Amino acid sequence: MDGQADAKAEVEIGGGVWKSPAGKPLRLDSGARLEPLEVAYKTYGRLNESRTNAVLVCHALTGDQHAASVNPATGRPGWWDRVIGPGKPLDPTRHFIIATNVIGGCMGSTGPSTVNPKTAEPFALTFPMITIADMVRAQAMFVSSLGVDTLFAVVGGSMGGMQVLQWAADYPERLFSAVCIAAAPRHSAQNIAFHEVGRQAIMADPDWRGGAYEAAGVRPEKGLAVARMAAHITYLSETALQRKFGRELQRDGLSWGFDADFQVESYLRHQGTSFVDRFDANSYLYITRALDYFDLAAQHGGVLANAFMKARGVRFCVLSFSSDWLYPTAESRDIVRALNAAGCRASFAEIESDKGHDAFFLDEPHFDQALRGFFASAAHARGL
Amino acid sequence: MAPRTPDAREDFREILRLVRPGARVLDVGCEDGALLDLLTKQKRIDGQGLEISPAGVAACLAKGLAVVQGDGDRDLDHFPSRAFDYAILSKTLQQMREPRHVLSELLRIAEQAIVSVPNFGHWRMRLSLMARGRMPETRSLPDPWWSTANIHFCTLRDFTDLCRELDLRVDACAALAEGKPARAINPDGMFENWRAETAIFLLSRRSDDVAPAPQDLFGAVQLPTPEGATPAPRPRRRKRAKA
Repeated sequence: MDGQADAKAEVEIGGGVWKSPAGKPLRLDSGARLEPLEVAYKTYGRLNESRTNAVLVCHALTGDQHAASVNPATGRPGWWDRVIGPGKPLDPTRHFIIATNVIGGCMGSTGPSTVNPKTAEPFALTFPMITIADMVRAQAMFVSSLGVDTLFAVVGGSMGGMQVLQWAADYPERLFSAVCIAAAPRHSAQNIAFHEVGRQAIMADPDWRGGAYEAAGVRPEKGLAVARMAAHITYLSETALQRKFGRELQRDGLSWGFDADFQVESYLRHQGTSFVDRFDANSYLYITRALDYFDLAAQHGGVLANAFMKARGVRFCVLSFSSDWLYPTAESRDIVRALNAAGCRASFAEIESDKGHDAFFLDEPHFDQALRGFFASAAHARGL
Repeated sequence: MAPRTPDAREDFREILRLVRPGARVLDVGCEDGALLDLLTKQKRIDGQGLEISPAGVAACLAKGLAVVQGDGDRDLDHFPSRAFDYAILSKTLQQMREPRHVLSELLRIAEQAIVSVPNFGHWRMRLSLMARGRMPETRSLPDPWWSTANIHFCTLRDFTDLCRELDLRVDACAALAEGKPARAINPDGMFENWRAETAIFLLSRRSDDVAPAPQDLFGAVQLPTPEGATPAPRPRRRKRAKA
């Protein structure tokens, strides 16, 4: 343990909030503009002299910039601590790893909880609608501000994987490699349906107040917790839930009431209540909407391969998990087929796992091996 | 799918001879990526594998190869035409559900295909079937009928018939046998259909404007061969009027 801690201590960790220069607004797909734009970020490691070792890590729906360092909001380790660190597939002693909070988020980047300078009140529902492409455009601006023209890799899971695809479509010349994990090229009807349940739960909470809860000094905690509970089920697999909880009870015997009798109920309630401590309800609305609007093929004349036509120089790795029913393997296969059809160099593996969508946060040795192999060969090709 | 054992090396060596340096190569059923790795190191190819087994895909990724987990029967359709210089199908055509379609697809995707097939017309097969009245189990096809992955056997003559039907040209052909150097053969020769245990073909589409195969396909390139092995002689070219 001590050895690991020492190795960790050598990693240079940076971070802060970047503000876009005056006169350089972020143009959004909706037509609106964000100015000034703020991007909260963390960096791990150091940019090399030739500026070729930068890796952008994109987070999932409820993730943040604290990918590999303790999250100040929760006191818990970074969400991808398993993947990023000395000796790990993404090694900050070799790579300069950048993680940002997406726009629309609530961990320091411009979002609905940001105070609107014109009104001195939080934007709330006056915040413009955002898209995955908007998130990526903001990241591209920020990455440029670090002096990074070309990323050695852009990598992410779930919504992070969609950002990776968007990067490949919009900024192929700025990528050397791209790793898209447990993602999809579009949101399916089922994906949208689950998100709508979450949004309706939030908006049905009387404390939501039409989005203006902050001004009223309240928070729609119950609605947001229910949204999280419903969503959390989609991140797991039936097998994993059954194995973890089965029909196990919280205490001896049934309560003959509506307390959390079953362990799975208690678990979900805990997921819900701990989530509201770290996440903003309006951010949840905006980001789920951005996901629902995501359809990469539709942005390219209905043909997914067209999105990757300029990305032939990029090395792709697409990974899915066999028990992921949120973004099932078939979605990743569509991505791979489009990449092949576009003539891109792509690797694809379906990782056998019974842990569902969230497997990419968890201990999956084959997943680690795949990442490690891909990054090692890409680094070799890049001369890193 | 059985792993590629060292006795598959004759196969690899011939493929190494055939592939020109720097080519774009698709290996269908690439298993652990051993062949692609070899080609990458020795011929600096731009390689891509297609492999169905998770273990094989993991091994390829660990080697740093580009590999797609997929099924040769289904997933070739998604590659664009002429995306590769060579498509390799090493000893797995007989394991495909749709060998005819696969063969045709290989030569849509790639300019040339390198295909090796075990010859069911080999004398050992014929003798074994005649004498024992049971499905042959030989050193090249060791599994019993109920567990073998090989579901579409053919003889050399069957294979060349299919090539003709698909309008494919045999640019080169050699017989392979364990522990022996490759031997260039005429696959239509009556005797070879008895004698060749496995044959490897370099194929192209007749109707295409593919440059004719160089004369020294099976001879000039010096590659690591086992001690004492000599490079195979030139293949006898098939002479047939263009259709």
